[in-house]
Amino acid sequence: MLLDPQAEIMVQGITGREARAMVADMLEYGGNIVAGVTPGKGGQEVQGIPVYDSVAQLKANHAPTVTIVSVPARAVLEATREALAQGIELCLIMSERVPRLDTCKIIAEAKQAGCTIVGPNSLGLIRPHIAKLGTIGGRIDNVQRSFLPGRTAVLSRSGGMTTEIASFLTTHGIGQSIAVGVGGDTIIGATFTELITMLEDDESTDAVVIYGEPGGTAEEELASYLSACRSRLRINAFLSGRFVDDLEGVRFGHAAVIVEGGRGSVRGKKQALRDAGVFVADRFDDLLQGLS
Amino acid sequence: MRLVEHQSRKLLSGYGIAFTDSVVVSTAAEAAAAARRIGGPVMVKAQVPFGGRAKAGAVRSAETAEAAAGEAEQLLGTDLRGVPVTSVSVESKVRFSRELYAGIAWDTTDKLPVALLSTGGGIDVELSDEHVARQTFDPSLGLAVGDSRGMAAKLGLGGRTLEAAASLLEQLANAFLETDAVLIEINPLVEQTDGELLGLDAHVEIEDDAMYRQQERLAPLGELASTNTGRPPTPLELEAARIDAMDHRGVAGRVVEFDGNLALLIGGGGASLTVFDAILDHGGKPANYCEVGGNPTPEKVAAVTELLLSKPGVSNLAVVMNVVNNTRADDIAAGVVAGVRQTGQEPADVISVFRVPGNREQEAHDILTAAGVPFCGREASLDECARLAVQRGDHAT
Repeated sequence: MLLDPQAEIMVQGITGREARAMVADMLEYGGNIVAGVTPGKGGQEVQGIPVYDSVAQLKANHAPTVTIVSVPARAVLEATREALAQGIELCLIMSERVPRLDTCKIIAEAKQAGCTIVGPNSLGLIRPHIAKLGTIGGRIDNVQRSFLPGRTAVLSRSGGMTTEIASFLTTHGIGQSIAVGVGGDTIIGATFTELITMLEDDESTDAVVIYGEPGGTAEEELASYLSACRSRLRINAFLSGRFVDDLEGVRFGHAAVIVEGGRGSVRGKKQALRDAGVFVADRFDDLLQGLS
Repeated sequence: MRLVEHQSRKLLSGYGIAFTDSVVVSTAAEAAAAARRIGGPVMVKAQVPFGGRAKAGAVRSAETAEAAAGEAEQLLGTDLRGVPVTSVSVESKVRFSRELYAGIAWDTTDKLPVALLSTGGGIDVELSDEHVARQTFDPSLGLAVGDSRGMAAKLGLGGRTLEAAASLLEQLANAFLETDAVLIEINPLVEQTDGELLGLDAHVEIEDDAMYRQQERLAPLGELASTNTGRPPTPLELEAARIDAMDHRGVAGRVVEFDGNLALLIGGGGASLTVFDAILDHGGKPANYCEVGGNPTPEKVAAVTELLLSKPGVSNLAVVMNVVNNTRADDIAAGVVAGVRQTGQEPADVISVFRVPGNREQEAHDILTAAGVPFCGREASLDECARLAVQRGDHAT
């Protein structure tokens, strides 16, 4: 499963305001951060974690297999390349507004290097009471209230909705094996389909909740995968943004949320998922029906 | 950022793509002069940043300079989808043996750029498999020569046209990668009697998130017209954008105006879509979509609250967010309460639902209680809160 609690983690852009708060929360919740990188800030410390000028310098003293990229959008491609060159296996890209061209270069190069990319524009992932990667769930008291260990995986195109869905399930006594904010962009690293392929072999997961939105092809792709390969998992989905179907070309919420030429409509995505045997909730509260 | 046709042509001409002669004018007299200079029959086309112009009657044919002036006169007076036509292009009407389509887009499944070539061109291009060649390519290398020839050959092109199509696709692929485009289309692309290809229309969209590194390249194209909603922004939307820009911290002011009576302050990205759907499901009539997130200041929230409530016919405001990770619930509460008071009303009379659980929710709870407004926590689902917002709004009116 993604995120082995023993895996050593580095943070690229560790001295940023949000990264500092994240490091404190991760260290408290479970997240084996060993070092960080900010060019020009080598020698400093963040929450007692040493900071280096480059990934290469960091690698002289540490052996992380996981990285969190939290740098300005224009620096993401180079930061990720630096990590890939040092043999990182899992890379969470939290930065928003990364140009699509850079994202695609990262994905192509990560594939060559055998590295899994989560994001960009992702708040991260969490295995309740085991470990978390990223700012998902926010401050520690909120994380503890929102997430409960259990056997349902949550995969969401929205970071906020990852926590909202987990919190809703927790309120109704349904725990989570893992929750992943896959990222709000049109093109992302690990998609629903790729994550569900991984979850097939995960003994701690029985069911999945997918949160989808208008735009892109992630839900359609999952539907064709599920039609071709039967899954042992009970898969449930909730999709928001039906109103966007009638407002072609208008952009709401995430960068990916746009319906163009009828492509990417919620109506089409829901139908495709239903045809593939997924329980699709029309209303948010109906999600419980598929999980009870 | 969608470029208008003449900007798209200019950008792509720089990559060696050939187009018909074209002059952009803003009066009927200039249109006549341009038609005379070009000579022979011409086309007159409205320069607006969206497709489907031919079907909308915005592409006209004129046999003489006088006729061109007449067509320009008509087009320049009209609105297309709410966008006033302020310029038209006059271009030579060419003879051709067939129409094609060429384009570059992102393949979101393969996560690679993809080149497209079709012999089923024209304004009703049908991307059916039989008449379409598609080929993904490496975003660091561009479209390989062998691949572009393969695409042309698959569609049965030969001789001069095969070479012309292959090199056009390679040029388009280079343009796509260099300009951070999300879409480039040449439609129609026509084959002339000598086998050469000529573009009659061009459509280029540049990614908004890459504009920081494309400013210099795009500067010679003149003013870029952003149309996020496909129509010109309303005064309320413009004012909201101004409020959002007054402080870089957080988002509170990305507004799309609707016809209803219930003002909405909703967030984040996903929950705002969920709540808007749910409000409609429960029979509510939203006055706006307005996303909040990323921890905006109370001042910004207050200003946008006051603005949303200033819309005629709006009597209630619903504030609904997902369990917040980073945004401070108390800042949202303080901002909303202050914003309502700035309109001279009492928060308890106006706020039908306030639901922002998570970060600093106890402090938010205290602010609202002091203002006489009930606070909803995470136990009330997004759906339930939407229902309450509609129900309480109905009672109030």
